[in-house]
Amino acid sequence: MSGHATYEFKNPIVRWIEARLPIFSVMKAQAMDFPTPRNLNYWWTFGGIAATMLVMQILTGIVLVMHYTPHVSMAFDSVEGIMRDVNYGWLIRWLHANGASFFFIAVYIHMFRGLYYGSYKAPREVLWMIGVLIFLAMMATAFMGYVLPWGQMSYWGAVVITNLFSAIPVVGDPIVQWLWGGFSVGNPTLQRFFSLHYLLPFVLAALVFLHIWALHVVGNNNPDGIDVKSEQDTLPFHPFYTMKDLYAILVFFLVYLAFVFYSPWYLGHAINFAKADPMVTPPHIVPEWYFLPFYAMLRAVPDKLGGVVVMFASIIILFFLPWLDRSPVRSARYRPLYRFFFWLLVIDGIFLGIVGSQPPEGWWIPAGRIATTWYFIHFLVVLPLLSQIERPKPMPASITEAVLSRGGH
Amino acid sequence: MTTFIDQEASRRDFLFIATGTVGAAGTALALWPFIDQMNPDASVLALASTEFDMAPLAEGQGVTIKWRGKPVFIRHRTKEEIEKAKKTPLAELKDPVARNANLPPDAPATDENRVKDATGKVNEKYLVQIGICTHLGCVPLGEAGEYHGWFCPCHGSVYDTAGRIRKGPAPRNLDIPPYKYVSDTKIVIG
Ligand code: HEM
Ligand code: FES
Repeated sequence: MSGHATYEFKNPIVRWIEARLPIFSVMKAQAMDFPTPRNLNYWWTFGGIAATMLVMQILTGIVLVMHYTPHVSMAFDSVEGIMRDVNYGWLIRWLHANGASFFFIAVYIHMFRGLYYGSYKAPREVLWMIGVLIFLAMMATAFMGYVLPWGQMSYWGAVVITNLFSAIPVVGDPIVQWLWGGFSVGNPTLQRFFSLHYLLPFVLAALVFLHIWALHVVGNNNPDGIDVKSEQDTLPFHPFYTMKDLYAILVFFLVYLAFVFYSPWYLGHAINFAKADPMVTPPHIVPEWYFLPFYAMLRAVPDKLGGVVVMFASIIILFFLPWLDRSPVRSARYRPLYRFFFWLLVIDGIFLGIVGSQPPEGWWIPAGRIATTWYFIHFLVVLPLLSQIERPKPMPASITEAVLSRGGH
Repeated sequence: MTTFIDQEASRRDFLFIATGTVGAAGTALALWPFIDQMNPDASVLALASTEFDMAPLAEGQGVTIKWRGKPVFIRHRTKEEIEKAKKTPLAELKDPVARNANLPPDAPATDENRVKDATGKVNEKYLVQIGICTHLGCVPLGEAGEYHGWFCPCHGSVYDTAGRIRKGPAPRNLDIPPYKYVSDTKIVIG
């Protein structure tokens, strides 16, 4: 965390390299000795889980590209070829398709962890904002990846999402044609999405690097939300947290692989097993589950531009979170009112997801509007207000005291 | 640099600024080809026009054909459909303009203006429109929705029997492509 620790290495080759590029001392200081609060719970393992999923996506993706053909007349069949002909192709493809879902599960839990424990507050604002950028880049990557198998849902998802940009006044239509490279979603669109789908995960990897760099400048937050005061409050990252993370990754993979092996299509849509048909929209088009809350917000507003603005605003607002919540207390553990509203936001988010999965009719329309309004009220009204009126519970003097008072060790 | 601060603008300052400016302008100009390559290319722009003969369409029958990769709805409307569309007062419409590529952009959305071709010919039986919802681009379903025109399943936009938007998030009436009659029933689109 601080200064440059000086290490003496015994191995002469290591010493030779170290004198020219100090990579061994950096690795040791940042990945092994890094002082980490001793009270981190399992919610802190989801960062490592998410990073592991990114690696899985890159590995399986590179293998898929060896067999996939990015052309409208061959893409669908090449994916079927991966499923039926390529040795273990079915495994690689289901790892990749379900991997996207489990990547989002990990990242959503990771983000809500940040919300609950106030990890976005000073001095972690930049760390948090890089996180929001990662979330945006992930959404773009997953959206373009989903287009590649060129099924009905791939195609119509691409049509609806690219058309969002047509809501921009004056330049909207030229922008959409520029995105498409034509007058409708077609082969040029598929090819550029393929190129970008390959590129963006590496941009993500670079953002993750910056995210971890920022983390290692300011240090981890922790469940009590209080600063590390002495060495007593910390443990070296290795072996304590490398092992805890590894254990969590293994349990997470148990669930992930259960889906891959026993119901690999459960999280997808059957209609994507039908080849894209630009002349017929399927009766009920919905995005993948991880986009549903945002889709619900898009549809909540009965105006095209309005819906698009609200949807993007729901994510942009996260950049401002460190300045919307002004309470000096980080952890919801010591903020009884905030804790209540946090869980209300979780329910609101899940409910928006359900609304997004339903056809836009009847009762679901007002329900979506109320839930969307609440989302914004939470960030724009509730959080600033709570920082004024809430009386936090008494805080322990140090992490060590907090741990010992709960009978820990 | 600090040693130059108090001095008058020197030959070196001039060269710094001139070099920086040329570098920045050059980079900006070099960006354009990288952006423009994504626009529709020559083969896409060169798409031909499409001919269609509507004579075989029975009353109440519609077909979807392809033009420039887009679905085009061609419908032989029933008497009631035409009647209903004509009776609708313009004040009730969400989008008051015809959206007909064959007419000036401010032509009102009367039923007649929705079926006029490039030469001003009107055959109110036949309605020709681009079958793309003006909301986010889905293909609406025919003979569906509250007005028995078109209904978009994606986010619930409702169009009437002249393809005009009546309810839901879509901002515009369905677009009418450029077309003209070459005989009483045959049209050329594009
Ligand atoms: C952030 C990481 C990534 C995410 C979230 C992601 C997401 C997705 C998704 C959702 C699909 C559609 C799966 C389906 O329904 O079949 C897909 C397909 C695909 N992805 Fe990725 N991907 C990632 C990284 C990569 C990388 C790094 C590559 C290439 C090096 C790649 C190559 C492919 C290919 C070739 C397909 C089409 C084959 C198929 O549909 O299974 N992906 N991706
Ligand atoms: S695309 Fe038709 S209502 Fe949204």
